[in-house]
Amino acid sequence: MDILTEPLFLSRLQFALTIMFHMLFPTLTIGLGFYLVVVEAFWLATKEEIYYRMYRFWARIFAINFGVGVVSGIVMEFQFGTNWSRFATITANVFSPLLYYEVMVAFFLEAGFLSIMLFGWKRVRPGVHFLATCMVSAGSILSAFWILAGNSWMQTPSGFTMSNGKFMVTNFWEAIFNPSFPITFSHMLIASFETSVFAVAGISAFFLLRGSYVPFSRRSMGMALIMAALFAPLQVFLGDVNGRAVASSQPAKLAAIEAHWETNIRGGAPLHLFAIPDMERETNFAQISVPDGLSMLITHTLEGRVQGLKEFPRGDRPNSLVLFWNFRVMAGIGFVFLFVMVWAGILRLRGNLFENRLFLRALIFIQPLGWLATETGWVTTEVGRQPWLVYNLVRTPDGLSPIPAASAIWSLALFIVIFIVVGSSYFYYIFTMLKGGPDLTGPIPHVERPAGMRSFGSSSSPGEEG
Amino acid sequence: MVLIHLWAGIIGLAMILYIILDGISLGMALLFPLAADPKKRAIMTESIAPVWDTNQTWLVFGAAAIFAAFPSVYAILSSALYIPLMAFVMGLIFRGVTFEFRTNAKKKGAWDRAFFFGSLVAVLSQGFMLGGILSGISISQDVFSGGAMDWLNTFSLLVGFSLIPGYVMLASCYLILKTEGEVQELGYRYALPSTLLVLFFMAVVTVWTPYHYPLVWQHWFSAPRIHFVWSFPLLGLISAYLLLKALHERREPAPLLCAFGLFLSGYLGLITSLYPYAIPPTLTFTEAAAQPETLRFTLWGAAIVLPVVIGYVVYSYAVFRGKVGAGRSYE
Repeated sequence: MDILTEPLFLSRLQFALTIMFHMLFPTLTIGLGFYLVVVEAFWLATKEEIYYRMYRFWARIFAINFGVGVVSGIVMEFQFGTNWSRFATITANVFSPLLYYEVMVAFFLEAGFLSIMLFGWKRVRPGVHFLATCMVSAGSILSAFWILAGNSWMQTPSGFTMSNGKFMVTNFWEAIFNPSFPITFSHMLIASFETSVFAVAGISAFFLLRGSYVPFSRRSMGMALIMAALFAPLQVFLGDVNGRAVASSQPAKLAAIEAHWETNIRGGAPLHLFAIPDMERETNFAQISVPDGLSMLITHTLEGRVQGLKEFPRGDRPNSLVLFWNFRVMAGIGFVFLFVMVWAGILRLRGNLFENRLFLRALIFIQPLGWLATETGWVTTEVGRQPWLVYNLVRTPDGLSPIPAASAIWSLALFIVIFIVVGSSYFYYIFTMLKGGPDLTGPIPHVERPAGMRSFGSSSSPGEEG
Repeated sequence: MVLIHLWAGIIGLAMILYIILDGISLGMALLFPLAADPKKRAIMTESIAPVWDTNQTWLVFGAAAIFAAFPSVYAILSSALYIPLMAFVMGLIFRGVTFEFRTNAKKKGAWDRAFFFGSLVAVLSQGFMLGGILSGISISQDVFSGGAMDWLNTFSLLVGFSLIPGYVMLASCYLILKTEGEVQELGYRYALPSTLLVLFFMAVVTVWTPYHYPLVWQHWFSAPRIHFVWSFPLLGLISAYLLLKALHERREPAPLLCAFGLFLSGYLGLITSLYPYAIPPTLTFTEAAAQPETLRFTLWGAAIVLPVVIGYVVYSYAVFRGKVGAGRSYE
């Protein structure tokens, strides 16, 4: 059990737990923020009461998510200093501005405008309120931009020189738009959008199955599915692009993801659909494969060469067992979503999209899968970067803080307790909120009235002066 | 050099903004045991609901700015103060999450206790960190070389506990400004004793600091500081006098502004004691700074975002100005 007394293992575990917990929340805020922009635009354009109701309901879910996301994000930020201070010191000139801009733009835009979004309906003009919603959405997207810039820089570092063992920046543009940045950023963004619209669709499907809030739920689900129809195929395409990008920038990662040990000299490389990779014996314990499949995917030719994991020294290989399965779960979910959208298209043509009970049940069932795909995708990216913190330049143990194991155990234990408490309360409240359903009776804000001159418009004639 | 000092100034500004603004929210939680009535608590939390999240952001910005502009400070302090810093962060999490959840809870009892407890841990940890820095931090070759418990001593315990009346004072004065009726009375009731306690603690800490840490002694009583170091206690005394007077005359925004002045005097005194050291006794701001390109690149963000944010904060306070009352919730 001496692994439990190693600050390195403990710090890695703590960071992994923190980001995996944290990532659940921005995933939804990014997508739901965008969804709310669309809903409010419809509300302003049509003045239909239903859009206002939708906004208020989904905005409450957004707010709880955002709150938990912020606090868990703060923990992540501090861990760069507490547990990874050598990494912080070595890379700060290049890496810290990316994190700094993430905080700067995202937190201030999001946290700042959120209060207007939630509490400002009667206090600001409709245009200002809409601007606040747009700012919150832009803030969450920019937040993803900068954090992905930081992460992709660790994966494919560029725009720097080394001096006295420290990274010195030569060009921030190159550091930010490093080779893997554009594809990983778009991949994560679409993952968030996709996860969120399937979440909205799933909750709406749940209401429809119960026969409650039918017009409200139909509209929410309809809008979500239209967006999903766009995102699902796009994400599968981006995944393919990303795979080929990884093959060229991080061949060891790709080989481990595919449990591909030997570089194919003659003929194509097979694609394993099922495998149990064995790191010790450098082979797969069992496998079911498609001949030439991997060559097709990566090089788009039947006989293209794909580097095998054995080409890399034992100490430089990421764990294939973890990568192989995490990646397959993620990719599998991408195809499940695509299939569901094809099904939705068929039902739409038949005209019973909102009545088909099997389809509604399926929507409820697949609702959590977006998060699962996001998490497994991140595990694939991050475990695949091992044994490096900064790819091929800084090894993970060399980034650690000089802290005793006792401190790390103490903080890890406390974090686990806090995450369990926070996570379970979060779910409890989300479920209570969903049980309560949308508020369909409250007053509607009058459009075009300065604050302090409110009168409650009757719900039958919303915005008659708008 | 200009860049470095500019950054030190920006971070200094962010820190004091965080201390006084989030101090109000933390103090509000510390007042909870003194206000058992759920209605009062509802008004108290409602008075900070629209702004606490934004206020907390100054901390996140401060930390990110230290990481970007003075990476060594960030790395060394975080490892040296690992335990109080982690406790602080966890306290904040607890505070933040319980704040979000208690709004939606039917039974608020457990959430209220958690809200109080999380805030208390955060407050004490803040003081322990400050005390730890003022006790000196061992550094060798750009990394922390001391022990995990170096920050813990009688002095840092004193600093930690002295923050409690400090934040209670801020929250009470804020309630005087933002509420009316019974809750405002509560503010008046606790503003006076907490202010007197603050004065007592400030006096003790001011006298003890140079004894606890000889470097401060040298700093205070040598030119050029000797010529202006006396002005900070004076600012504190004037603020305190005006604060007590305003409480007695039941005036309205004055108590909060004077409480800010009191905090500012302590803060300026602290900075004067430490400068030019970012981490006493060995690391100066200049040595700890990132390369000029990085300082310049990050300054763009500060130059654009900070004025906008400060303007926005003023605007949002204006939007949510006026008294908070039960039954008049924000829409």
